[in-house]
Amino acid sequence: MRKTLLIVAVLLVFVFGIFGIPKGVGPSAWKTALTDRIHLGLDLKGGIHLVLQVMVQEAVSAETDNAVGRVQADLQQGGFPARSVLKPDPKKPELIQIQGTPPDRVGDVRSLLDSRYGAQYTVASEPNNNWTLTMKQTEVQSIEERAVQQSIDTIGTRINSLGNYEPTIQEYNLGTNQILVELPGVDDLSRVRDIIQSTARLEIHLVVGGPFPTEQAAAQSVGGTVPPEDVVMAYGGNEPDLQGQYFVLQRIPQVAGDDFRDAQPSVDENGRPDATFILSRNAGDRFYQFTSANIGKSLAVVLDNRVQEAANIQQAIRDQGRITGLGKDKAQNLSLMLRTGALPASIHYLQESVVGPSLGADSIRRGVLAAIIGMLAVMIFMLIYYHGAGINADLALMLNLIILLGFMGFSGATLTLPGIAGVILTIGMGVDSNVLIFERIREELRAGKAPAAAVDQGFGHAWVTIVDTHVTTIVSAIILFLFGTGPVKGFAVTLSFGLFANLFTAVFVSRHIFDSILKRKQRGEALSIG
Amino acid sequence: MELFRDVNVDWLGKKWYFLAFSLVFSVAGVLSILFWHGIKLGIDFRGGTLVYVQFDQPPNPDRIRQAMDRAGIHDSRIVPYGTAAQKQVAISLAQKETQESALDTGRQTIVQALNTNYSSGGGANQGKVDLDNASQGTLAQFLQQNDPEHLASIGGGAQKYAEQAAAILNHRDHDLDGIFSSIDQLNGVADPAVVGLLKQSAYLSGFHVFAADIIGPQVGAALRKQALMATLYSLAGMLVYLWFRFELIYGVAAVVAVFHDTLITVGAFSLSNQEITLTVIAAILTLIGYSMNDTIVVFDRIRENLRISRRETLTNVVNRSINQTLSRTVLTSGLTFLTVLSLYLFGGEVLHGFSFALVIGILIGTYSSIAVAAPMLVAYQDWRAKRGKKAVLPAGKKARV
Repeated sequence: MRKTLLIVAVLLVFVFGIFGIPKGVGPSAWKTALTDRIHLGLDLKGGIHLVLQVMVQEAVSAETDNAVGRVQADLQQGGFPARSVLKPDPKKPELIQIQGTPPDRVGDVRSLLDSRYGAQYTVASEPNNNWTLTMKQTEVQSIEERAVQQSIDTIGTRINSLGNYEPTIQEYNLGTNQILVELPGVDDLSRVRDIIQSTARLEIHLVVGGPFPTEQAAAQSVGGTVPPEDVVMAYGGNEPDLQGQYFVLQRIPQVAGDDFRDAQPSVDENGRPDATFILSRNAGDRFYQFTSANIGKSLAVVLDNRVQEAANIQQAIRDQGRITGLGKDKAQNLSLMLRTGALPASIHYLQESVVGPSLGADSIRRGVLAAIIGMLAVMIFMLIYYHGAGINADLALMLNLIILLGFMGFSGATLTLPGIAGVILTIGMGVDSNVLIFERIREELRAGKAPAAAVDQGFGHAWVTIVDTHVTTIVSAIILFLFGTGPVKGFAVTLSFGLFANLFTAVFVSRHIFDSILKRKQRGEALSIG
Repeated sequence: MELFRDVNVDWLGKKWYFLAFSLVFSVAGVLSILFWHGIKLGIDFRGGTLVYVQFDQPPNPDRIRQAMDRAGIHDSRIVPYGTAAQKQVAISLAQKETQESALDTGRQTIVQALNTNYSSGGGANQGKVDLDNASQGTLAQFLQQNDPEHLASIGGGAQKYAEQAAAILNHRDHDLDGIFSSIDQLNGVADPAVVGLLKQSAYLSGFHVFAADIIGPQVGAALRKQALMATLYSLAGMLVYLWFRFELIYGVAAVVAVFHDTLITVGAFSLSNQEITLTVIAAILTLIGYSMNDTIVVFDRIRENLRISRRETLTNVVNRSINQTLSRTVLTSGLTFLTVLSLYLFGGEVLHGFSFALVIGILIGTYSSIAVAAPMLVAYQDWRAKRGKKAVLPAGKKARV
């Protein structure tokens, strides 16, 4: 009796797991209750699945760019200025080179570099009074991690600004520094793409020369090869005269990324769209010093590595400025981007999948149909083959299914199309435990044992085998879960839940049903097992 | 009802037939992999672009291919998808046209090519909205801009038109299976004013892109490696478990049997020229677990029988164990096969590869526990006997449960 109660309790708990408490009666209320509890994967619901790569080395590079300026200023202040501080190799963003410090102040330079930069950099002296600072691996890692996290946050804010999309945005385990974005029920790829991809990396650089008609001409102007402290960039604004032209800029920007506090789309005196930006206080001070010292030179506003506009510095600028030459959309986008926070690095697309709602609906219909047909076939067969015991197996099977779905409801696991296949497989494999036990009981009965003893022995012997078979299948399910992605993971989840449910139903519940039948039977009366 | 009662088959006596059978199938598969079809990887492993399109009229692959050729895509693969009644095709592009910097261009080119070749009206559609492919956001925006119900002054337009757009697309995607055959189908679904506007300034392209997969080369390579590692780890995991539960030789025999199943299943994909995708790998991993189940049931019985009858030859014990479990083996496999067959027949196109792998795998997996794993135990013992070692197979550690 206690066992019966336990089984009923388990049944109720898992039915609750599937449906929760439906708000009302009737099929539609139950259906809503069901879809509230059991989450459908993107392949069933339809939606967008994106895998993005964060180009983290850009974040590292931005950090060293920043350090170059600080090193220069620190050495200057200490009274032993270097001839130049630069990043020698664009492919090695973690490396800074200091050239030509005063030969008589080696000790001072070393102690200054060690005390200010020793925590993040490995300081090494080189011949000819040169030094290199190499960013430590732990520091590189922490910058990369922060860049990925910040990208996740920023993309989240941007997507939420589009509407109520219930996005999943998380780190993706397939490779390093990748982000998974899932937008259930959304099929408007181009809109999402635009908003995610605009890195809106806004920077202001000092112009070394330009415009030039070709990249080669630009390189020629600085002696054929572009020195490490400079960079050639194409024009990307909408000024007709400048289309296809190139500029030579200082590689390290004067203000960049986080220095911008806000931007608003506006209209200039001729009615053309532009954007006003506001710098943060620190950056404003720095920019004021820089512009006062460089009146007459040119500055370039660079958006996503393309020169947006180049203009002369006519007066010192503190914290406000205007960017012209943007289209209306670009101006609006830019201000949205700057307000939601800039991405710390640019984003590359690695994978895009879109599942339309019609495909998802079709998949559900077919998956459920296949499950029902498969299940009916198995149940009918069990009845024919095992007679009374077949009812026992069928009850266990149904309970198995309820527990499996209940598990999914409780754990918030996602049901995918391969997950439905997992449910169907669970039906097939779940019946295996029953078959093992029943066959063993039949064997014992044939050997002349009494029904009670046969049931006891049958369960006892089959138990060892059942444990072994379940463990091996769970091993493969766990490995699938660890390695799999998306839908395949959903399959692994249903498969393992199904196996656990099966241990309970096939062994405990089925045993209990046998025992209660045996109790009611007369001594020596036969057991209905086909 | 009982199928097998007191069966007494000399399974081990047929080991040469089994060996021949296994060899024929494995070698056929391997030959096909090496010299004929090769292993055809799905785009999730290869990288590439795959666009699924549904048509209003039965699609003609040649016409689609010409459309692609004209758009400058020359190595597209166009295969029918699902049943003929569904009028669907899958158009795929190889990896070299799918670059990470411009992941989306392949898809866009395909859609544009279809648009110029299939839409009625051609250039007259400029500025009109394509109801067959419009997303909810686009349609809602379109309605709001044109404001057929003149709500701009009253307010509430945004919500109203979003609802109308949702209703229209819900009708398309759920009631009409993804495609309109005429804008008249909207009568009664959306407000008359909205339908009136759409009749004038919307068009039907005659096709509907219902899904797309674009996989960059980097992800393809990572997934390839992942699938291989998952399969190897899962084999290794089982070897270790069987070693712990039985003896090393049991583990080795079981893993060889499972490897045999995997090889034949992959071979079957190559022979039938089907693509191996991520879900197929999931099926193969399931099949590994399943075939292992079957083998363990037989091994468990061998271990049990070895303990009670020490004088009997191993050949007899193994034969008897197989016979005793035969009924269970056939029943379980039969029932699982039934469910998988139901999946194969009714589960739809997306699960086709998955269920095909399982249909083959369950047949082979059942066969291999009897015909590969068990004979290996006997062969191992014979080999030990020849080398003058103790000629008794260790009965395995005592079952701990």
